[in-house]
Amino acid sequence: MQQEIELAQLKKITDIIQKRFDFDFGNYAMSSFKRRIQRVIEIYKYASIDALIDRLNDADHKFFQEFLSEITVNVTEMFRDPTFWRELKESIIPNLLLNDREINIWHAGCSSGEEVFSMAILLTEMNLLGKAKIVASDVDNAILAKAREGKYPIKNMEVNQKNYERYEGSFLLQKYYKEEAGKAIMDKELVKNVEWREHNLVSGGSFAKFDLILCRNVMIYFNQQLQNTVLKTFHESLHKYCYLAVGSKESLIWCEIANKFVVVNNEEKIYKKVKD
Amino acid sequence: MSASQKYEIDESLPYKAIAIGGSAGSFQVVTKILSSLPTDFELPIMMCLHRLRHVRNGFTEALNIKSTINIEEPTDKEPIKKGKIYLAPANYHLCVELGNTFALSTEELFNNSRPAIDYMIQTAAHNYRHKLIAILLSGANKDGALGMKAASEKGALTVVQDPAECLIDTMPTSALKITKINHTLSVDKIIDLLLYIDQKIKKKK
Repeated sequence: MQQEIELAQLKKITDIIQKRFDFDFGNYAMSSFKRRIQRVIEIYKYASIDALIDRLNDADHKFFQEFLSEITVNVTEMFRDPTFWRELKESIIPNLLLNDREINIWHAGCSSGEEVFSMAILLTEMNLLGKAKIVASDVDNAILAKAREGKYPIKNMEVNQKNYERYEGSFLLQKYYKEEAGKAIMDKELVKNVEWREHNLVSGGSFAKFDLILCRNVMIYFNQQLQNTVLKTFHESLHKYCYLAVGSKESLIWCEIANKFVVVNNEEKIYKKVKD
Repeated sequence: MSASQKYEIDESLPYKAIAIGGSAGSFQVVTKILSSLPTDFELPIMMCLHRLRHVRNGFTEALNIKSTINIEEPTDKEPIKKGKIYLAPANYHLCVELGNTFALSTEELFNNSRPAIDYMIQTAAHNYRHKLIAILLSGANKDGALGMKAASEKGALTVVQDPAECLIDTMPTSALKITKINHTLSVDKIIDLLLYIDQKIKKKK
């Protein structure tokens, strides 16, 4: 029977990681972080949390990268929340076109890349892929490599196709991949101009200016304090009157600088930066 | 049995929140409970009911038709407030963070479910301890049993719907198998218990 993990033990883990790998988990949301630690203990079959603590104490960078991959949540879908993607197609992207310049898009916390491919498909069907510059970032190098590869289990494509239909895509999703050995191999043309970038939202700060930032279901793993910090990074990274999209059950209203944004679609949680 | 001993509860009334778990099949039962509460019900209620993962709208609206108190799907980091009823949104786990706020998560399915009842009740028990009332209704899988065990170990008041009354009783019987449950009650009695506690809290004020 699993033993309940104490807060003091979690603190010990975050301290070791901070000291040895200069990585700060201290402001992750505790309820999910605790479960992720429990998960690591089960995957590696450690006898107790103390065994994991010992392992982290003498771990090399390679082990830490593996650990990081297991801690971060990589559950995503293409066109998740179809109505959100429809809103992008029908309202947000057309609005950005009025600026008459290249559209710069940042997928912050892109995970295995499903949303990046969704965006590329959306832009392709609007004949705008050449007019957009996409940066896709994640803290986990291993998942970035997977995203770049664009190979997904074929069984996932059923949900993806259903989402795409609800989004009212122009074709069948099959147009954009070929099936090989149980995998859907995405068309590389879609993402040939995507810049894949290792970036930690916790400490990475702003590195460019964007017209649209997507960070959906990422900040939910952070506590309020860290959400405030990340929102400042996004604020700094957006041109004025440009857009930030978060998950449909996330809200900026609990954040310190919420007043620098207005909500343009509350159902889909799309915000616009209105103050510098 | 005197009126004050109607149910075995903590007479110092430490209760701060109620967590209710059930499957999609508990819809009628939940509706019955929610239509029986006074509009000034004292405790916040959080509910995790198994529901279709890819249908975002409709379920809360359907529950709201009969509920005396408006039901909301909380956003991430929303403070848990008195007088409110919350429902776990589709395709998200609903958890409680220390300091009485909600946290949502898109982690893997648990018990083939997202939202998972276990996650909600475990985290609620961690935060509220003996101040929690945890209720598990009918359902077709064992989700919720680990949550009820955690609640019981933290000293929460634990209640399951009487398996004899359930269409599918896997949920309450799984909980009864692995932990001590304070009350096994019919839906009518669960409502009676909630009203009883509400009355007592009101009198104490």
